[in-house]
Amino acid sequence: MTSPMPVHSPSPAAASPAILIEAVDKWYGTFQVLSKVDLTVAAGERIVVCGPSGSGKSTLIRCINRLEEHQAGRIAVNGVELTDSVRNIDAVRRGVGMVFQHFNLFPHLSILDNCALPQMLARGTPRWEAEDRAMHLLRRVRIAEQAAKFPGQLSGGQQQRVAIARALCMEPQVMLFDEPTSALDPEMVKEVLETMVSLAEDGMTMIVVTHEMGFARRVADRVVFMDAGRIVECAGPDEFFDAPRHERTRSFLHQILH
Amino acid sequence: MSPPLEEFPIMTMTTAIPAAAADGPPKRRRTPILHILFGDLLATGLTVMTGALVLALLPALRWGVLDAVWSTADPGRCGAGGACWAFVAAKIRFILFGVYPADEQWRPLAVIGLVLAMVLVSLPPRHWGRRLLTAWGLAIGAMLALMWGGFAGLPFVSTANWGGLPVTLLLAILSLGLGFPVAVTLALGRRSKVPVPRFLSVLVIETIRGMPLVGLLFISSIMMPLLLPAGWSVDKLGRTLAALTIFAAAYLAEVIRGGLQGVPGGQMEAARALGIPVWKAVWHVVLPQAIQKVIPPLTNTAIVMVKNTSLVLIVGVFDMLSAARTAASDPVWPAPYAESYLFVGAVYFLICFAISLYARWLEGRVQEKDLR
Repeated sequence: MTSPMPVHSPSPAAASPAILIEAVDKWYGTFQVLSKVDLTVAAGERIVVCGPSGSGKSTLIRCINRLEEHQAGRIAVNGVELTDSVRNIDAVRRGVGMVFQHFNLFPHLSILDNCALPQMLARGTPRWEAEDRAMHLLRRVRIAEQAAKFPGQLSGGQQQRVAIARALCMEPQVMLFDEPTSALDPEMVKEVLETMVSLAEDGMTMIVVTHEMGFARRVADRVVFMDAGRIVECAGPDEFFDAPRHERTRSFLHQILH
Repeated sequence: MSPPLEEFPIMTMTTAIPAAAADGPPKRRRTPILHILFGDLLATGLTVMTGALVLALLPALRWGVLDAVWSTADPGRCGAGGACWAFVAAKIRFILFGVYPADEQWRPLAVIGLVLAMVLVSLPPRHWGRRLLTAWGLAIGAMLALMWGGFAGLPFVSTANWGGLPVTLLLAILSLGLGFPVAVTLALGRRSKVPVPRFLSVLVIETIRGMPLVGLLFISSIMMPLLLPAGWSVDKLGRTLAALTIFAAAYLAEVIRGGLQGVPGGQMEAARALGIPVWKAVWHVVLPQAIQKVIPPLTNTAIVMVKNTSLVLIVGVFDMLSAARTAASDPVWPAPYAESYLFVGAVYFLICFAISLYARWLEGRVQEKDLR
């Protein structure tokens, strides 16, 4: 059962992991999407999660910022446990950025406003400061010249880079990526992956759900393979790709790499 | 993969085209006019029917223009078979301002001017915001104060004496303006996962929509005073406005709900993931998109509501249509009802057509964001 932790006593950063997932179960109705999932992510660690569709990998990272609720087990982010407490959820969401498969930019707002408005609404940042930070991060994803345009006028790759900048504007300690390149045309995958690599090089804690195995090999500290709501295998990239222990992992890798 | 066999005949046809198109695109030949008019059975039928229609309309043209009396001070000269536009000219002040005291009619005129000015200021979307909303609030307050008077040497005029176009405009603007936030609340309530607000919203929307506006007006003007505790009274114009507002709200709510359903769930999810509080996300992220999606049906409802204000005449509120009807019953003039109604109809048409044009422009602007 869940044992609630006090809100305002985050343990020292060094001691508590960035993300702690312990024996998490989740059902959609009677269908179990996650069963007994355990995963601990240290600050600065990069995790790639892969697995067949329906294996629960998206659901898992969506539980980390409470877009989905887990029904049993514990999830704590930077020492704050996710319970029904709205304050805890808000505290966690402020520290966790998320990038979606379909970008989910706000189509009625300009690129600049997409990045500036959330800061103003979520943290009460004054407009000038929010726009300053937005421009800074748009420059970082190399898209500042498009700031006045609207999402509908940008390519998929550009939109996904804006989505990354928008999440970074909230100054998160952890970034979650939910299949960030699978809705993109092949020629745009590279620009998004490069942005993610540079983010990883800066030491950001990242959990990335993706099938881009090249990215996993290059960036991941650990690769997690999920199937039917369970973590089947969790290993460093060399071991994971060159000597997977489980037959299920081998057959999955065989399917997507050949 | 090899293409299916059926495609080959098509390919031979396409290869034949360049030869024909070698000297530029084919020129379009002018169809002779006789061919357009009488080329086939359908064209001939349409031509004959259009001709018949024009012939049938000739008397109307004769009545409305050729034989019409445009200006006279003598009512006796009217009624010889032509339209009596002179009547409209003579009674225009009554039609526009009703029984508002003649010496004070600059006040309703100023109200009309203020409405026009505010509408013009509100047209460009970049003016929209809290400041404009405040300006509207102040302007409406100023309009009502101006109509009432009773300060700064302005004689007090009771709402029973208000009439004509300012009443029509005030009812239309206020019922839509006050109805809109109610509609948003109802639409959000109906989509809520919490049972109580959802049930209440459905109840209000379905009850109001299931009732004719005329019935609603009767209830508010006759039953409401009976239900209020003794000593309480709400002005008749106010009661009428309440009925129009709730009616507009019920219809607007369903239009807005349609828009809300068209906003992908990912929008709210992204807002939540960014840590934006739910209500701010609804207001800044979901609602603007929902409303942009339903500009055409919103326009439709707005136009219907402008015209619906004319129904208040059945409970004795003196709007423009009532004023025109009363004016036409003046025994001195030869019953110029048609002229009065046509004039009022033209004013309504101007208002509604302007709304329609504006909405079309607005929609084009929204699309530009996606297509530029």
